[in-house]
Amino acid sequence: MSLLWLRFALGCYFISLIYAFFALTRTSDLFSRIALHAASLGMVFHFVSLVELFLSGQVVWASVHNGESLLAFFSMTFFMIVYAIYQTTSPGVVVFPIVFFLTFVAAVDQQPVLLTQYVSHKGWLVAHIILIFTGYAALVLSFGASLLYLLQERRLKSKKPTSLISFLPALEVIDQIGYRSLLLGFPFMTLGLLTGTILAATTYGHVDFLDPVFLLSLLMWAVYMLMVFTRWNSGWRGRRAAVLATFAFFAAIVAWAANYFSAIHRFAAS
Amino acid sequence: MRFQLIGVNHKSAPVEVRERLAIPESRLPDACRELAAYPGIEEGMVISTCNRVEVVTHTANGHADLRGFLHEHFRLTAADLDEHLYEFREKDAVRHIFRVASSLDSMVVGEAQILGQVKEAYATARAVGAVRGQLDQLFSRAFAVAKRVRTETSVGSSSVSIASVAVELAKKIFGSLEGKTVFIVGAGKMSELAARHLMAHGCASIFVSNRTYERAIGLAEKFNGQAIRFDDLYATCDRADIVITSTGSPHAIFRREHGEQFLARRKNRPMFFIDIAVPRDVSPDMAKLDGIFAYDIDDLQQAVSSHVADRRKEAELAEAIIASEVERFEARLHTLDVVPTIVSLQDHLETIRQAEIDRARGRMGQLTAEQEIALEALTRGIINKVMHTPITTLKTAAKESEATTIVEVVRRLFNLHNKEAPQPAKKHEEETRD
Repeated sequence: MSLLWLRFALGCYFISLIYAFFALTRTSDLFSRIALHAASLGMVFHFVSLVELFLSGQVVWASVHNGESLLAFFSMTFFMIVYAIYQTTSPGVVVFPIVFFLTFVAAVDQQPVLLTQYVSHKGWLVAHIILIFTGYAALVLSFGASLLYLLQERRLKSKKPTSLISFLPALEVIDQIGYRSLLLGFPFMTLGLLTGTILAATTYGHVDFLDPVFLLSLLMWAVYMLMVFTRWNSGWRGRRAAVLATFAFFAAIVAWAANYFSAIHRFAAS
Repeated sequence: MRFQLIGVNHKSAPVEVRERLAIPESRLPDACRELAAYPGIEEGMVISTCNRVEVVTHTANGHADLRGFLHEHFRLTAADLDEHLYEFREKDAVRHIFRVASSLDSMVVGEAQILGQVKEAYATARAVGAVRGQLDQLFSRAFAVAKRVRTETSVGSSSVSIASVAVELAKKIFGSLEGKTVFIVGAGKMSELAARHLMAHGCASIFVSNRTYERAIGLAEKFNGQAIRFDDLYATCDRADIVITSTGSPHAIFRREHGEQFLARRKNRPMFFIDIAVPRDVSPDMAKLDGIFAYDIDDLQQAVSSHVADRRKEAELAEAIIASEVERFEARLHTLDVVPTIVSLQDHLETIRQAEIDRARGRMGQLTAEQEIALEALTRGIINKVMHTPITTLKTAAKESEATTIVEVVRRLFNLHNKEAPQPAKKHEEETRD
């Protein structure tokens, strides 16, 4: 049943996805309102799906697919927070496709890759997953903002009066969205990785430092920290910040994809 | 009507070309003198603003080598310049001048500044004696037309201007302008206007720097701002978010290394440069830096052009006024063309009449007072009747294209060629001025 709700959510996110593609070439208030309502409705279905999964007594936290669904929901929540503060749907250009993709993968009816079947410290596991996914969602938004910053910067530098991407908010607003997401996400990501390491250590009795997930997560965290530091220390924006954000984002994707190959999240099977 | 005009403007030439042609105010009188002394030119005037450099002349035969003048004056080759030039003659030149003065040819259609700039150019040329008869009439009429366009259309009423475009762009960069700092470099009217707009939209503080420190103080006081000595410009400039620069410097005053310093000191927070100087104050190198957004006068024009559509309708109305005014001016000039012929004809016949009366007196002896009056009335009556048709024909023909032919025929018939044509009556000149 939870899968059905998730598919309803996917349908709504699809409308938002269309908006994301069209918003780059034309501006329409009506369309952005429709996309916003579709995304909100999608979130409701999504929430119901997650709650049902939790109540069903199945191990919600166990599968990669459920994790992806949770991450999509968190990313959408961040998007809505940004919308509430800045009244702009433009980060949707980046967030909507990512959310759609994650929900799509989660909603595909196939045997999910199991992360774990049994964990002795369930509280730690829940904390780990929520923290790390909040960090991921913030990273998604920060990545989106840095891309939008580049777009807006290019538009202003090209000096051509065009309605193309004129829906973008002011450069400094985009910058604030990105920076605040970054600052908010970093402690979550750090704590998420720490809890994960502790969890692995307590379950296994040791941590496999050469595991691809561990290495890639560490790399992602290092880039994340570099982003925060360069921004705080020398105010890196624009192209350089976008390069770092892109790098961190892809490191995150690869770290996540490594779940399909790594053993670290299957400790319960051992 | 032997008007001839050549020039470049913001549409025909990029700022790189215009800045090479710009003539500073101090050198304008010499340029006018040089122009008026150029072969084939009777009167001449130079208009040099940031958006246009134009040479307006009244020529001896309608075919002066104005390109040659430009090549010589600016020491440029035909390859450098000619592709950017436009040239108008006679009626087209009149129309162009009317359009320029009425701000229909401006970067921001309807902006009021151009009329003042043309008036200044006219005053300069007049002061050195380069503008006398025909150009005098042309520009007097152009100012009247500009006034008519302004009062009869709302082409100048919309708020679209460099200043409002600058505010819009600043908002695209900074979002809200609350608490932002503005720096005016070079105290000009246009930068003052832009600063006023920015302050009205929430900018908090203002710095003013000018080579003449006293002018900086004067302008800073107007805004409750702070005057900065020109030597301290680079040390303080990074404190501003928005810099409006319009100095008369022949070289860029903001170069890449300055931009890098500013950004380092500002921790890469963006800076917006509104460069309304020609030649430009911000080097293109610096404008490429991440975090530096520099808009020169041409870029602002592009930004403005999207607003111009709103004014198109009013501009069409203004164009109709211009068209009718060009016709009126042409007709008036033609009337002025026939006036000397009419006066010559009257003089000629009066001379004949006087000679004939003297001869009659010789033959008839002493005449009584009544006879004198009768003779005077008789001869004057004949002359007036004879003159009536030719004068009416001349005046009617003046409004048409064949005026020159008819004038020529009359002058030949009455042998008026050898007589010096008197200047048109003063009142005709007065009529052309509103």
